[in-house]
Amino acid sequence: MVCEMETDQIEEMDVEVLSSMWPDDVGTQADNQFNVEKPAGDSDTLKEVDIAEKRTMADLKRLPELLNTTDQGSSQLTNLVRQWEYMQDHAVRLLREELKILTRQREEAEAKELKIIEEHNFETEEPENVPVLDETSHLFRRFRQKKRDELVDSKRVVIDEEFDTVAYWKQKALSLEKMLEASTERERRLIEKLNESLKTMESHSAPVEELTQNLKRAEGFLHFILQNAPIVMGHQDKDLRYLFIYNKFPSLREQDILGKTDVEIFHGGGVKESEDFKREVLEKGKASKREITFETELFGSKTFLIYVEPVYNKAREKIGINYMGMEVTDQVRKREKMAKLREDNAVRKAMESELTKTIHITEETMRAKQMLATMSHEIRSPLSGVVGMAEILSTTKLDKEQRQLLNVMISSGDLVLQLINDILDLSKVESGVMKLEATKFRPREVVKHVLQTAAASLKKDLTLEGNIADEVPILVVGDVLRIRQILTNLISNAIKFTHRGKVGIKLKVISQPSFASDKEQNETSVWICCDVYDTGIGIPENALPCLFKKYMQASADHARKYGGTGLGLAICKQLVELMGGQLTVTSQVNLGSTFTFILPYKVATSDDHSDDQDEFSDMVDHHQPEPDDTTEGYFQFKPLLGSIYSNGGPVMSNNFLPHKAMLTSPIKLINGSVADPSNSSGQSQTVQVENGGYMDESESAHQYGNGNGHRCPSKESESCSSSQASSEMESELTVSSPREEEKTETEVKETSQPKILLVEDNKINIMVAKSMMKQLGYTMDIANNGVEAINAVKDTSYDLVLMDVCMPVMDGLKATRLIRSYEESGNWDAAIEAGVDIKTSENDQGCERSTDRLPIVAMTANTLAESSEECYANGMDSFISKPVTLQKLKECLQQYLQ
Amino acid sequence: MNTVVAKLQRQFQDYLVSLYQQGFLDNQFTELRKLQDEGTPDFVAEVVSLFFDDCSKLINSMSRSLERPENVDFKQVDSGVHQLKGSSSSVGARRVKNVCISFKECCDVQNREGCLRCLQQVDYEYKMLKTKLQDLFNLEQQIVQAGGAIPQHFPSYTILRPDIRPCLDA
Repeated sequence: MVCEMETDQIEEMDVEVLSSMWPDDVGTQADNQFNVEKPAGDSDTLKEVDIAEKRTMADLKRLPELLNTTDQGSSQLTNLVRQWEYMQDHAVRLLREELKILTRQREEAEAKELKIIEEHNFETEEPENVPVLDETSHLFRRFRQKKRDELVDSKRVVIDEEFDTVAYWKQKALSLEKMLEASTERERRLIEKLNESLKTMESHSAPVEELTQNLKRAEGFLHFILQNAPIVMGHQDKDLRYLFIYNKFPSLREQDILGKTDVEIFHGGGVKESEDFKREVLEKGKASKREITFETELFGSKTFLIYVEPVYNKAREKIGINYMGMEVTDQVRKREKMAKLREDNAVRKAMESELTKTIHITEETMRAKQMLATMSHEIRSPLSGVVGMAEILSTTKLDKEQRQLLNVMISSGDLVLQLINDILDLSKVESGVMKLEATKFRPREVVKHVLQTAAASLKKDLTLEGNIADEVPILVVGDVLRIRQILTNLISNAIKFTHRGKVGIKLKVISQPSFASDKEQNETSVWICCDVYDTGIGIPENALPCLFKKYMQASADHARKYGGTGLGLAICKQLVELMGGQLTVTSQVNLGSTFTFILPYKVATSDDHSDDQDEFSDMVDHHQPEPDDTTEGYFQFKPLLGSIYSNGGPVMSNNFLPHKAMLTSPIKLINGSVADPSNSSGQSQTVQVENGGYMDESESAHQYGNGNGHRCPSKESESCSSSQASSEMESELTVSSPREEEKTETEVKETSQPKILLVEDNKINIMVAKSMMKQLGYTMDIANNGVEAINAVKDTSYDLVLMDVCMPVMDGLKATRLIRSYEESGNWDAAIEAGVDIKTSENDQGCERSTDRLPIVAMTANTLAESSEECYANGMDSFISKPVTLQKLKECLQQYLQ
Repeated sequence: MNTVVAKLQRQFQDYLVSLYQQGFLDNQFTELRKLQDEGTPDFVAEVVSLFFDDCSKLINSMSRSLERPENVDFKQVDSGVHQLKGSSSSVGARRVKNVCISFKECCDVQNREGCLRCLQQVDYEYKMLKTKLQDLFNLEQQIVQAGGAIPQHFPSYTILRPDIRPCLDA
């Protein structure tokens, strides 16, 4: 304990200061001081100090030795001795002062005596004794007088005799002599006393008792300070064995600690570290501090701030270390918590700023995209004008060179338009404007049409094939237009990079892929994997990563050689992802590539399939295949190279499949249908036209009837027109063919017309719609409001109703609801309740149809009041936005008149 | 080719393009023109004249409804505007349609002042369009008389890219 006290030089100094400040009663003063704070703790303090004493353990044999041999140890003793010496000095000083006073008094007394003698000799009449030196100061004289009064017992000498007589003087002399004697006697005694005192002082031998007391005080003081402090102190020898410890862990006994090292006493984390630290200090000879966290069985997890200093003996040899540890677990914990909080704060702040940055960037990007889209859109209109004009120009009489120039112009314009359309498509997807539509379609047909179309513009000796696994459903629901777009894109890409061999599409059903979330999964959905493969030039592996990036092509060489915008695959990928699927690619250079996309579809019930197929099997734009074709899983198309202008009809080759052949160019179609008088029936002729170049060698031409020719709205027509296969004839064809077809259609289309009802109140809209229907080859009935519509539906079995939403008398939504209610209940009660005057009719057709769902398509003006959601909610099957265009109408009819 | 016809044809084209560019017409008018063929050579003119008749009637009835400041039958005005909007949208009379949209908004909040202003605008726009189309038909007539064919194609991407509609319209 004492040893600890002296570990620090500064503390040593403090002790010195302390002892000089409170030389006599450090202990009591301290007690009094703290009594204020701890009123009841007076006696307790003592007790605790006693208890605390027990916390110390020391190797008593070696500790004194240690104290004697070390600088620190001896300094305490020196200190105590110095204290004692100081006190003695003080006492001596006091005694000397006293001596000085006495000496001066004696001198005064002598002076006085001398004066008296003089007075006596000269018989001065001075009543008072006035010191020679002090005449000037009255006060001083007074003081002197006073002092003298005090020092001398009685200064006034009482004389009985009469003044100035001999007797008087004699008497006075006598008494003065007596006083002098007394004074001399006193002086002598004092000197005696002084000598005696000096003698006793010298005889006051070793100050052991005092020193012991001081030591006890210091110890008590330390105990008082340290009794509750979370501090462990100790001294270890140079083998790091404990010689002394204060405030050890309570359960450890003396023999558990003394003479042992840390490692021998404790086990667990931190013990080794502290031992190493102590050893390091011992070796370096420099005191230092470190924070160490202990993880021991004995006291759990505790962090100590440890101070270790080396201890030297007087010969400056290291003999061990002093060590002091303060438990700072809570502080460390707090500090760490704070640090963590601060860190979290910083992280959050960083994230916040990052987020703001991202938001900013996103906004910028969106703005840029919007800008791009707007610009593209603005460019498209005038460019359409340019291309349109060029096309018109190509219908005029031109010489060969002019025509060539014009064709270059048109094809360049087409390319730019394609690029702009691609950009618009992309920005639509990216800005989330693109809406997916859910329509029923037959995957087999889609594959077939895509291949047919591709074959139609094929200029290479390639085999196109389609292969659909049996388990693929006949009818699924999805966005057929987009899926077609993807397929067409991938196929045309494949054809572009393939010079021989084959290009094909393979469909198969797969189990739910891992990237799909569970909520998408339900029993009616199916995942179809579509491979588009080719035997083309392939894609080098290093080009694969950027393949789906915008404006990127596998290499600059390819871009030059093959052209293209570099947007096609990006659009495909975006579309596939928009539909919840995934587009991937595998490829081998010179062997070919396979693009695979996986998409979820809902399986549609094909209930509308059986009853109307005979009725409409010859319908234009209606993909009604023969029953066996519905499930056919393999198609193959080959081009008719070199035969385009050879004769009026198709040349059949043995390579072709038995009953199918594909013409390479739409021109063939016109040639074929016009120049082939052998076709006996108008019907089959129509179908040939509709086939868009699809010729048949047998009578079963209608088998492949579909609206897939250049009249077709979707991508197919693009590929036709952009193919530029036949320079001279094509532009003429694209201009003139629709009209020719239309005429052919209307001639043939008289029998077995589908029945369509248009519910619309606006005369002009009716007129326009009617004219469009006429051009598409249909006629239709008109109802002017919802009530009329209900009556019409009741009397006639319609195949499709086009319903305006906003109408007087009864709006389209209500009319639809009532029609649906009739379909469910089989009676018109709901309509009658709603106030519709149901006319009685002999016609029972309505009842026959009661189980079928009548397709009702809304015509909305795209206002808020006429939202698509509301249309669906009221039982409508889909909607077309106004103004109605030929295109929209045709798509709608294609979809619902199958 | 007859230079007079060619000149007239170019004039016709230019005029038509200007009508699109100035926003009098939109794509729907192109649709309309596509519906016209030998069987119905005057289809566009018929529809358009029906439209103008309609306009005149509706505007008259609406102006009567809006005549008195008190108890305006906004419901009736609204139905008129709706009719007009549908018709103008169907024939591709873009400016008329656009005015109808703001007209309808005024109607919805029963703002008589706004309605009257819109009514005036609609009146102005449809008459303007009527004059313009009259000129166009006259040009058509002249081309036919000179023995030429009316150019069937004019700037519209619907002809070239039937499946892609402008995505950022409206």
